[in-house]
Amino acid sequence: MQHVRKGLMLVATMALLAPAFCAAETLTYSLPEETATLRVGPGDETAQKNCAGCHSVDYIERQPPKMGRAFWDSVVKKMIASYHAQINDADAQRIVDYLAATY
Amino acid sequence: MISQATSRRSFLRGAFAGVGAWSVADRPTFSAESAQLAFANGERPLARYPGKRPLIQLSARPPQLETPFSIFNEGVLTPNDAFFVRYHLADIPLSIDPGAFHLEIRGHVETPLSLSLAELKRDFDPVEIVAVNQCSGNSRGFVEPRVAGGQFGNGAMGNARWTGIALKAILEKAGPKPGARSVAFNGLDGPVAPETPDFIKSLDLAHAGDGEVMIAYAMNGEDLPWLNGFPLRLVVPGCYGTYWVKHLNDIEVLDKDFDGFWMSSAYRIPDNDCACVAPGAPKGATRPIMRLNVRSFITSPAEDAKVAAYVALEVKGIAFDGGHGIEAVLLSTDEGASWIATRLGDDLGRYSFREWRTELSLNPGAHHLKCRAVNRIGQSQPMAPLWNHAGYMRNVVEAVRIEAV
Repeated sequence: MQHVRKGLMLVATMALLAPAFCAAETLTYSLPEETATLRVGPGDETAQKNCAGCHSVDYIERQPPKMGRAFWDSVVKKMIASYHAQINDADAQRIVDYLAATY
Repeated sequence: MISQATSRRSFLRGAFAGVGAWSVADRPTFSAESAQLAFANGERPLARYPGKRPLIQLSARPPQLETPFSIFNEGVLTPNDAFFVRYHLADIPLSIDPGAFHLEIRGHVETPLSLSLAELKRDFDPVEIVAVNQCSGNSRGFVEPRVAGGQFGNGAMGNARWTGIALKAILEKAGPKPGARSVAFNGLDGPVAPETPDFIKSLDLAHAGDGEVMIAYAMNGEDLPWLNGFPLRLVVPGCYGTYWVKHLNDIEVLDKDFDGFWMSSAYRIPDNDCACVAPGAPKGATRPIMRLNVRSFITSPAEDAKVAAYVALEVKGIAFDGGHGIEAVLLSTDEGASWIATRLGDDLGRYSFREWRTELSLNPGAHHLKCRAVNRIGQSQPMAPLWNHAGYMRNVVEAVRIEAV
């Protein structure tokens, strides 16, 4: 794995140095490391498993505080109905419980 | 340091692409600095991204970055490295070959086109416009009662000089067939899960071909920053940022109204004059969000500033609207009981920020400054905030608290 990482480091370095609009080569962009983690609480692993595949969990952390169960129920329903997150009913309930109690 | 961290990130991305799993990162790469937005749970990290100065981070994946408000006091054009970033879906392009990149124009047209960047620049006359790009949910964090969504302060907006090709010229070359009604715009960014609706926006054909809607390749005289849509983005002057599709590579002319999720369900406002309802009231009928309403901000003095009493204090700021142009900006020191006129700065066009300034001499004590803009058709800003379920289009008269000593 070490050589893979070195190779990628080289690509990333070239991306930083390369002129932005050069027709002859592929340009790359490197995002900084993700740092947000879920708050600890019953159900955090269920939330991690179901939510963090599609977005970083700072989406949750940044919501208004102490909004209560109806708010989080609506958010989880929206993720399933509008964005088609594949979350089973039992997990969805557990995630709502966790979010309502923890955020 | 940065390259090591990003290479690991790139590796993880590749390893988990399409799997829907993610390993929570354990090593911060941005500084310990943070910003505090003036609402509950408003603490944000200041994150450093390639090509950007430290910006207020709302989310990491996909990136959502807000411009620190002090930037708006430094000039009427927002610097590229300070311009806000807003994505919806986390599969954003991290590798682009400008030589191979093509913009497709297809669908209900006589001549489908596939244009390279070189052809776009060579075969079409460049056009330029200064225009505000403001997120529909700019200032959502201030909405009371609070609503779900990206909790931005006032920095999800920016003003830039855009250079590109008039969409009208490209549509004319492709030749919409009789019966063409709308135009849909898609970019290189997409969803992580294939079931999630791709971010596609549309405009009526007449709007798309109005000569002002632009496919921009440059911003403030430079290539578009990566996170602002390199190499091409749609610019829809006077309209909310949701239409300004980034990494634009696909334009489809349709013989019907586009009915995708991001038009038919998302980004909709109450279908009434104020785009508002009583807090908590049913949503009622809705329509797609479109034109910016009138806004103005005091950029100096800053909130909670201590200033000298009895001497001329410069008060300045910015104002903008959806394209009628700013007629006047008024300032009040008595909660709106009386207003004084201010002087407007250079006119960079009716879609641009317009600077304003005046001088005040204040008695010692606490003061509450309020500003209110009026556009050229007499529209202004409400003294009390309006409300809708999504927290869109906030444009209440803004206030700054200062103390003269």
